[in-house]
Amino acid sequence: MTETRGTGRAFVFGNNIDTDLLAPGHLMKLSAEDLAQHCLEAIAPDFAKSVQPGDFVVAGKNFGLGSSREQAAISLRLLGVGAVIAPSFARIFYRNALNLGLPALFCEEAYRIADGDQLMVDPVLGKITNKTRSETLSCKPIPDHLMAMVRAGGLIAHLKSRRGT
Amino acid sequence: MSETSRPQLVSSGQTLAQKLLARASGKPRVEPGEIILVQVDLAMAHDSSGPRRWKPHLDSLGATLWDPSRIVIVSDHYVPAVDGESAAILKLTRDFAKEHRVGHFFDMEGICHAILPQKGLLRPGIFVAGGDSHTPHAGAFGCYAAGFGATDMLGIVVTGQTWTIVPETIRIEITGSLGPMVSAKDVMLVLCRELGMDNAFKAIEYGGPGVESMSMDERMVLSNMAAELGGEVGLIAADEVTLGHIRAHGGSATEADLAWKPDPNATYERIISINLSDLEPQIALPHSPANSFPINHALGSPIHQAYIGACVGAKLQDLHMAAQILKGQRIAKDVRLLVAPASSQVTADAAADGTLSTLLAAGATLLPSGCGACAGMGAGLLAAGEVCISTTNRNFKGRMGHAEAFVYLASPYTVAASALTGCVSDPTKFLPELAVAQ
Ligand code: SF4
Repeated sequence: MTETRGTGRAFVFGNNIDTDLLAPGHLMKLSAEDLAQHCLEAIAPDFAKSVQPGDFVVAGKNFGLGSSREQAAISLRLLGVGAVIAPSFARIFYRNALNLGLPALFCEEAYRIADGDQLMVDPVLGKITNKTRSETLSCKPIPDHLMAMVRAGGLIAHLKSRRGT
Repeated sequence: MSETSRPQLVSSGQTLAQKLLARASGKPRVEPGEIILVQVDLAMAHDSSGPRRWKPHLDSLGATLWDPSRIVIVSDHYVPAVDGESAAILKLTRDFAKEHRVGHFFDMEGICHAILPQKGLLRPGIFVAGGDSHTPHAGAFGCYAAGFGATDMLGIVVTGQTWTIVPETIRIEITGSLGPMVSAKDVMLVLCRELGMDNAFKAIEYGGPGVESMSMDERMVLSNMAAELGGEVGLIAADEVTLGHIRAHGGSATEADLAWKPDPNATYERIISINLSDLEPQIALPHSPANSFPINHALGSPIHQAYIGACVGAKLQDLHMAAQILKGQRIAKDVRLLVAPASSQVTADAAADGTLSTLLAAGATLLPSGCGACAGMGAGLLAAGEVCISTTNRNFKGRMGHAEAFVYLASPYTVAASALTGCVSDPTKFLPELAVAQ
């Protein structure tokens, strides 16, 4: 069970962060853990090293466009990213993220968050508190039934826990 | 290109997406925004997204496949094996297909999206769930075909069902006819620029006389690259051309399948009109399909590699387009032209009709059928600083090899013309020579 409300630092990226940036195709044979170390390296070489469990990825429009590869969401999750916050997401990435236990939050005002800001994020209430700037942004809350899955750590973990295995 | 929005009617007709989703959900009618449970007719996955990702979970859940006869597995991403890891992935896929008696397994026969229509597996009206983002490709056959990630697909192959949100539809109304050396790829590069790639949770519906005049190979380009627009599906209503293609490939289709078309008074989120007669060759510059311009914008930029490959850009007609330019010519000295036909059937057909010898005589290197360099996995990857012009559908940073490589996207005509000169070239400029040669 993952705690879903959390505090962490914002890593800010631009529009159209694609799945080749998140999980480069030519490295897809690596283990999930090794692949995660290359997440976003083409645009932020130090990201995998500096991101700490509970930190947030904040981005512009259409986050996660491109391939259907789940490694894009898995890599962020393995690096401990607490949630991805963006005004819009590519459809397959959005489904994948929730299926894998990574909260993806639609936030129109994500652009108000700057790199390094300290955020407190509550996906159930749909509230993002920017402690650095003392302001609160709203995001689309994740509905209960999906949040139960996210909390369990994703669809498979959720199915297993419901089967009691 | 122009844009109009239609007035909302009180009792409006339905888009093709609404009709297909009503069928899949067993409801008389569905409305945009509704969350529905749908029954899947065909579930497709490949060697990268399928068995290797499902197997551990299927084993630990003690689950089996809902209906092996409705499951298609295609090994296309890691083919042919180039090292121990890819060999192991392919072996796991083969073993899985055998163990689970997967109804349709195609091992190294071509790219999944090319395989579905080639094997006659598509039929207007059905819901196709694919473990690949270009699954909308099959929408050219009037199917509701959408891409899903591996975990969603796992749920689908175990239960035969999934959920979706009924999308609003963007209608692309296409008129006119394509001039020489212009193709459906150029239409899509214009649309990526004009509509952008941020149309998630939307259906794209193509129609009009311009679409009806296109071959199935060209219609598939429109549907395939609905994925670049961010759309859930890229739908084209079936007509006699569709039915003819399905029958010629051993599938079943009847006149009743022609009923899968939008109502004339359907409500669209917006309608975009394109006149093919005004279209000129386009090119997308690195690192996004939306970064596209008329070809004039990039003329003369030097290239190192020309790549004719992928589900979108290496069908038989794509090879014909390239051959039209390359016939009797020789590619530039410092350029490599790589051709990876979309399926082994395409290779055989191109060999039979002489296209292959035209390409080889021009200096092309023939590669195995599969995703290859398009997926960043197979032959034809790029080094730092190298520039490639490609018939593929995506040019994201790092996709075809090194993160510091540069990929231009264009039609097979433009890629072939550029291979001849060694720099980005306008294929329409090759018309006079062709006329003289003939
Ligand atoms: S050819 Fe490219 S775009 Fe098509 S399925 Fe393969 S990797 Fe995807």
